[in-house]
Amino acid sequence: MKPTGTGLRLVVLAALLLGIISPIAAGLIQTGRAAFGLMPVVGAHGSGLEVWRSLCALPGFWTSVRLTLWIGFAATFLSLTLATCFCATAHARMTGRSAARWLAPLLAAPHTAVAIGLAFVLAPSGWIARLLAPLVGWVRPPDLALINDPWGIALILGLMIKEIPFLLLVMLAALSQIPVQQHMAAARGLGYRRSVVWVKIIAPQVWPLIRLPVLVVLAYSLSTVEMGIILGPSNPPVFSVFVMRLFMAPDLAMILPASAGALMLAFLMGVASATLFVAERLVRYTGLWWIRAGGRSSAVKPLLRIASLCVIALFVIGTLAMVSLVFWSLAWRWPWPSMLPETWSFQPWRNAAGVLGPALGNTLFIAGASVFVSLALAILWLEGEDRKGRGCAGWGEVLIYLPLLLPQIAFLYGLNMLFLRLGISGGIGAVIWAQVLFVFPYVMIVLSDPWRALDPRLIRAAASLGAGPVRQLLTVKIPLLLSPILIAAAIGTAVSVAQYLPTLFMGAGRISTLTTEAVTLSSGADRRITGVYASLQAILSFAAYAVAFMVPAFVFRNRAALKGAGQ
Amino acid sequence: MRISLMSALAAIVLSNPILFNPVLADSWQDTLEAAKGQTVYWNAWGGDPQTNAFIAWVGQQTFERYGVALRQVKLTDTAEAVTRVLSEKAAGQDDEGSVDLIWINGPNFLAMKEQGLLFGPFVAGLPNAQYLDLSPASPNSVDFTVPVAGMESPWRLAKFVFNYDSARIDTPPLSMTALLEWATINPGRFTHPDPSNFMGATFLKQALIDLTQDTAVLQEPVTEDSFVAATRPLWKWYDALRPTLWRGGETFPENQSVQQQLLNDGEIDIAMSFDPASTAVAIAQGLLPETARVFVPEGGTIGNVSFVAIPYNAASREGAQVVANFLLAPDTQAHMQNIEVLGAFSVLAAAKLKADARATFATLQTAPGLPSLADLGPTLLEPHASWMTRLTQEWARRYTR
Amino acid sequence: MSLDLKNVSVRWANSSTLFGPLCICVERGEIATVMGPSGVGKSTLLDAIAGHLSSTFQLEGHITLNGIDLRSLSPEARRIGLMFQDGGLFPHLSVGDNLAFGLTRTLVGRARRHAAVEVALKQAGLDGFYLRDPASLSGGQRARAALMRTLLAEPAALLLDEPFSKLDLALRGEMRSFAFEHIRRHNIPALLVTHDPEDAKEAGDQKLVLA
Repeated sequence: MKPTGTGLRLVVLAALLLGIISPIAAGLIQTGRAAFGLMPVVGAHGSGLEVWRSLCALPGFWTSVRLTLWIGFAATFLSLTLATCFCATAHARMTGRSAARWLAPLLAAPHTAVAIGLAFVLAPSGWIARLLAPLVGWVRPPDLALINDPWGIALILGLMIKEIPFLLLVMLAALSQIPVQQHMAAARGLGYRRSVVWVKIIAPQVWPLIRLPVLVVLAYSLSTVEMGIILGPSNPPVFSVFVMRLFMAPDLAMILPASAGALMLAFLMGVASATLFVAERLVRYTGLWWIRAGGRSSAVKPLLRIASLCVIALFVIGTLAMVSLVFWSLAWRWPWPSMLPETWSFQPWRNAAGVLGPALGNTLFIAGASVFVSLALAILWLEGEDRKGRGCAGWGEVLIYLPLLLPQIAFLYGLNMLFLRLGISGGIGAVIWAQVLFVFPYVMIVLSDPWRALDPRLIRAAASLGAGPVRQLLTVKIPLLLSPILIAAAIGTAVSVAQYLPTLFMGAGRISTLTTEAVTLSSGADRRITGVYASLQAILSFAAYAVAFMVPAFVFRNRAALKGAGQ
Repeated sequence: MRISLMSALAAIVLSNPILFNPVLADSWQDTLEAAKGQTVYWNAWGGDPQTNAFIAWVGQQTFERYGVALRQVKLTDTAEAVTRVLSEKAAGQDDEGSVDLIWINGPNFLAMKEQGLLFGPFVAGLPNAQYLDLSPASPNSVDFTVPVAGMESPWRLAKFVFNYDSARIDTPPLSMTALLEWATINPGRFTHPDPSNFMGATFLKQALIDLTQDTAVLQEPVTEDSFVAATRPLWKWYDALRPTLWRGGETFPENQSVQQQLLNDGEIDIAMSFDPASTAVAIAQGLLPETARVFVPEGGTIGNVSFVAIPYNAASREGAQVVANFLLAPDTQAHMQNIEVLGAFSVLAAAKLKADARATFATLQTAPGLPSLADLGPTLLEPHASWMTRLTQEWARRYTR
Repeated sequence: MSLDLKNVSVRWANSSTLFGPLCICVERGEIATVMGPSGVGKSTLLDAIAGHLSSTFQLEGHITLNGIDLRSLSPEARRIGLMFQDGGLFPHLSVGDNLAFGLTRTLVGRARRHAAVEVALKQAGLDGFYLRDPASLSGGQRARAALMRTLLAEPAALLLDEPFSKLDLALRGEMRSFAFEHIRRHNIPALLVTHDPEDAKEAGDQKLVLA
């Protein structure tokens, strides 16, 4: 009795509900209880809105909220615009495959590593300043707020460096589903210039396909803690860091306003998403009005050029940030104003070699396990869709992406309580479970489009040749989709390697991974050891990507149609 | 003859607390027995590779000598461990807790003590506690004016010091007023960590003690009137200082390590630390230029002790006590004070040490960046813990946008 | 007012010829057909005229429209309309908005533009279809809407790439008459690429065979 489409989907749904929704819900409920003053363990027995009032009265609260909203929207809007413009100018030259190849390094770089490297590159005592110092005549580093600035520009830049490659990736995947050439030809035949066609015809068709990833990007920009600490303003900090500081305050009673703050952060995300939808409606109305007016040309082209240059500049800075980390890991002393380390040394690597064994091992094991589980769930889900014969269910998608759309702080603390009660806290299983929550959506984002774009006639041909559904899956679908599957695995590995809060909370701090070590060390004074750990994080992710590109190239070396495939 | 032999024997027995107190001796033996084979999870700040290496060395030693394995759980902030114990208590997990030992002091200790999250008192039962000065007035007995009551065991000394780059400053400012003058002439070259961090709050406390008229009132819990009166000169001074700070006083480094990095990068000229030996260690590690030196204001600085505490639900509490005891052994403390290892100053009372132990301490290396105990000046008493909370709140109210 | 091809040939980058040299002059209101076996390059010829020639090809010869050399112009400046096999309506715009997109810019004013679109829809037998989703249209309706969109742009010439081949036989004749009538009414030269000899017969004008 072979499982039907509905059966498979129900299995995955059950796994999702039990594995994802209920933990998140449990976590949120716990946070909610504390937010309304109900936390018996510190002696609070329910004081309703008093906690919220005290939260709002904390100094810097409103500034922090405004700051977070500004940074979140600015980063997302700029990333989206720049990515779109870049796509418009370079799309002709980029196929899905080659693009994924050179986007890979920036996609793989962990957020923390990029933040630390960027903090060095942009700092007044950093690389760019040292480059300019002889030209401008600085003897001492200038007193300019280039990072940790009050408007969060450095944080916005850091976010953009990570978000633009991600958006480009999903955009390219979406574009492969649209007959771009044909639309371009038709519209140009009607007298429209290329750039206008992009804005009026291509972009509106791409938008529904990238809406959810954009929401994910917005959610991250609003709730990042690590990047907020390293690059963001400190007085007051962005709201997620503000809440984190409350959680970390020695006065345990501050956990109550901290929980209220965490819920507030989730509420802010909701507000931001709602704003996005409203903005979408507005843009649609104005867009339609603009289309009906029939204007054929506009000053869009020079803007596209500038935007593409900005994107390239950001990529260069991002690469410099990663390179600087590698240099720091090989440096002994690197004072101002040297462009390169004054003394090179392998000492940081030697110092780390003794201790990083367990961390490295844990990282590899957890990444492998969570990626495997996520891929299995994703393939089951997509296969279930195929057998059912229906397309993707909207609500299913939202459920899958829910962990990415909520701030981690809001439910991880409460989730840990649940795990404690169940007696499963502190183990590597709990950590893997928590990580799957966040890896699975990314794997889905990357794998869904290529899976659904697979020519159904091939499957029908296989069926007509007598292959059952399982054989179709194993011998036709998966080999054909080997490249997207491996890329999804690579992205999943990068996401898993970069996870911080889940490992920290679920592992009771006992499971050390490269990221937990790196973040802890980044609170110290030694950029060199941070450089070692961050370089290792990056190397792991790059290795996963390299595998994702080399294995299909080797396996399909005699199959021209599949070599570049990655549609 | 026999009588003198008897009295000699009695003297030996009486002078050795373990032999003198058979109850004590037995219970320590029991503790050692129970600890064999246990694994102790020591939650300690992991931002300093030197400290991490020292803790690893401690683990090696305790395993070889007592069969107690030690694992460090690296924290970014002590509050992580406190919250963990709290969650376990809330979930009803009163046994087999995941935290066995915490590197703790000050407000975190106060919070855990008040919430009943600690195991103890256990310090009196540690054989090596004999080398400590546990008199009621000593820093080992009072943590931020909160009585320790044997609930936490000391392990390293902390004293607030400033460090600076002697290549860029000839004579460092030796009082808060002098600091203000210096900062006015050299704007943008001084800062302090954000007061939400322990270090930043201590800087404010240090300034308060230096500038306030009546220091005795600081030992009492804070009241609105006493606060306003005592802090008036502080805020006047700070308002004048703020525009001369790094970044115009709009943003502050997250903690003292980030500030040390700024000193290393050349963005500022003065930094601060809780560990007098950290500068020498940093120079040896290449984290500060060779010309970095330590200075303290003339009136003395706040000093206190870093402790380790055991949560009430620790799974390996015997093992934790063995570790705490080992940390107090004179050989361990000497090893710790060696700047090639960690450089942290010992908590042991020199007067209580035996001659050979005292000799070990005397032979420890010196380094240009390492101040001697005499250089460190007088130790000022910590104010009551409530002053720190109130100071941080008021600073945030006045200076957060 | 004619579309003039003089010694036009297209070759691969490695210099072997795809087709050519061709010479044809299509007058106003004339519908010339281009026929030939599959793969001979009929669509490539249309690409070359419209300006979308892929970089793997090289174009030689002259193409002029109303005396202007087209090779110096970008595709959007050439004012050459295109019609594809499956219509090519934009899926994210309604039928009416598709036509409004194509409507020439010279007509100004929301009300006037809306009226012009409604007139075109009526002519195509799609009265009241302004807000309809293009995906809900039948093949024939889509082809008519696409043709109206192209004509509303007031092109100077029209290229049709096998526009009727996806329609069933009965519909084809109807669609053919509709298209030819409107093209002749607009009095522009048109070049039709097709497999179907019926199309050539109906058009009745010059026929070009690529071999």
